[in-house]
Amino acid sequence: MNLTQTFASVVASSQIDANNIEPTVNNPAVATGAFSYMWLLLALPLLGAALLLIGGKRTDKWGPYFAIAMSCGAFVVGAIMYLKMLGLPANDRPVNLHIWDWVIVGRFQAPLGMQLDQLSIVFVLLITFVGSLIHIYSLGYMKHDPEKRKFFAYLNLFVAAMLLLVTADSYLLLYVGWEGVGLASYLLIGFWMYKPTAATAAKKAFVVNRVGDVGLSIAIMLMFVTFGSVTFPGVLNNAAEGNPTTMTWIGLMLLLAACGKSAQFPLQSWLLDAMEGPTPVSALIHAATMVTAGVYLIVRSGPIFDATPTARTVVMIVGAITLMFGAIIGCAKDDIKKALAGSTMSQIGYMILAAGLGPVGYVFAIFHLVTHGFFKANMFLGAGSVMHGMNDQLDMRRFGALRKVMVITFITFSCGWLAIMGVPPFAGFYSKDKIIEAAFGVNWIVGAVALLGAGITAFYMTRLWTMTFTGKSRWTEDNKHPHESSSVMWIPMAILAFLSVVAGFMLAGAIETWLAPVTGFEETELAVSSLVMEAASLALVIIGATIAYLQYRRDVPLVAPQHVSPLTVAARHDLYGDAFNEEVFMRPGQWLTRSLVFFDNRGIDGLVNGIAAALGGLSGRMRRIQTGFARSYALSMLGGAVLVIAALILVRT
Amino acid sequence: MSTTHYLVLSAILFSLGVLGVLVRRNALIVFMCVEMMLNASNLAFVAFAQQNGNLYGQTIAFFVMVVAAAEVVVGLAIIVTIYRTRRSASVDEPSLLKY
Repeated sequence: MNLTQTFASVVASSQIDANNIEPTVNNPAVATGAFSYMWLLLALPLLGAALLLIGGKRTDKWGPYFAIAMSCGAFVVGAIMYLKMLGLPANDRPVNLHIWDWVIVGRFQAPLGMQLDQLSIVFVLLITFVGSLIHIYSLGYMKHDPEKRKFFAYLNLFVAAMLLLVTADSYLLLYVGWEGVGLASYLLIGFWMYKPTAATAAKKAFVVNRVGDVGLSIAIMLMFVTFGSVTFPGVLNNAAEGNPTTMTWIGLMLLLAACGKSAQFPLQSWLLDAMEGPTPVSALIHAATMVTAGVYLIVRSGPIFDATPTARTVVMIVGAITLMFGAIIGCAKDDIKKALAGSTMSQIGYMILAAGLGPVGYVFAIFHLVTHGFFKANMFLGAGSVMHGMNDQLDMRRFGALRKVMVITFITFSCGWLAIMGVPPFAGFYSKDKIIEAAFGVNWIVGAVALLGAGITAFYMTRLWTMTFTGKSRWTEDNKHPHESSSVMWIPMAILAFLSVVAGFMLAGAIETWLAPVTGFEETELAVSSLVMEAASLALVIIGATIAYLQYRRDVPLVAPQHVSPLTVAARHDLYGDAFNEEVFMRPGQWLTRSLVFFDNRGIDGLVNGIAAALGGLSGRMRRIQTGFARSYALSMLGGAVLVIAALILVRT
Repeated sequence: MSTTHYLVLSAILFSLGVLGVLVRRNALIVFMCVEMMLNASNLAFVAFAQQNGNLYGQTIAFFVMVVAAAEVVVGLAIIVTIYRTRRSASVDEPSLLKY
């Protein structure tokens, strides 16, 4: 069956030229040789998490180091897999390792297995590499935390769940990983749960994610009903023949899932609060890896979106909205981590936008995801380093002039800053400009939004950078001696900074060829040359950065000004995302529950209790008949007898 | 004398018995009235037996007498006991079995 389809697709795609590569049919080979050890990817971090959590306090001493070893071990395994894959021809690269038959019930077959192909190996390398660096960084950042062991156990749990998410060979197993990262995210956001804000933020992230998860589960059910299978080959190879309406619904439900996990409009509200977690968590989970799972889901489900232009357009629109949404929020935040979170939201908006463009964008969505993983993790770690030096101060209005006292952090952060703005030759330039070009190729409005977003990105990142590192010091009284962080913290930052610089031109061009067999690839055709596009976006970036620099170079008030434009006020309130949720979902929900409680108390309970009370009252009255006087009983007996006789007589006549 | 006369007498006796049971307080009188009702019915039975020319009614009358005798024994025993404990044979006073 699959073989026939392979031939069909080869015949159908006879018009392809060197620049347009159709995805080969999703038909992985059975894993052999080194690939048969790919289960170690999951087993190592899972072992770390299990040992540290079950071992308890006994593992306090060596636990964190063990967790780092497990994470690095997973990276080594991933690297071996990558090198092995590199030696194979493109069509032989996808491999599948069947682990065991998970659910075999009648028509429902859910084998448990791992699928490693060009797409998932990119994720495996990103997750394990950035993950390991952040593990090491955490050694310094969480040095004095009494619950350090638990923190590392959760980090390992997260790495295991995330690897499961990207190496699963079916949507059902992906769902397991999807929930696993949600759990790890919940545990880590609420790591300092003695802070009510952290506990609430964790709960909020979990609840909002649940909304998205419902979408994913509905999508999986629809897939099973439509295709009779939930495995990637079973669904994706047949997606083109699916009923368009069903495919649209599957696409929209997958988008809902992606919105929840990737903090996209309208489920974006949790990400800003998630910054309550420790900074390494924000860097790993809420910037580099977990929040990009939605992008992975959409790119992986490419054939489904190929079959439904409607859902794809919605994906694109959601991406464009979130891109602006996040950028605007990022402009108004004074909390350094929240500003970065707004930026993350916006950058993932770019990725989702690219994924919504179809084969012209899939590759660049992943490309931007990888470079963003490097430079955003770098900047979060930089922010963590600043916080560390500044006595956990988060308010950028109390920073300033840190350039001189935190030289390394300043340099690494600057690399990330230049990369996210898309200044050539930094990483963001290659990935983001490609997305903008591809967007213009599909729809000029979306392209314009993406282009404008680049300018706003430059504005808010320069604002953040300027307020933190340049100008005069505005440090608080109790914190006059900021210091550079220890080497265990700055070395991971330096590595990520290096990658923020070089990842762009290292991967540009290569990643298209690498991913095309899985995602497909089409060259964007533009009316104007790409040089003009690059010049336009660079001009906007320079304008945005200059405005921000001139505005925030000096004279930053210590307290945020109150008389500002309505847009700034709105952005400070996260563009009223929470207020909207509160008015539209929470309050009606509360009214509903209250009215239900009222109905239950007064209606249901009233009926039951009313019947009981009525019967009780009635029997209380009836009791009075029992007078105890023998003669009155005799009278009633007589009455009864007379009645019976009268009745008999009446009946007889 | 026709059966009707017997039946009228029986009805009168029975009604008197009922009346006695309902209006008198003394347990002994009430008891006697119960006996009177039993015997009124006996009279009716016998009258019918006479009319029908068989012995069924008469047999029933004997049964009633036997049962009445047994009843008298139990009933009088109860009345005597009540009288001993309460120094009264009124049927209204021992009204303990009530709500």
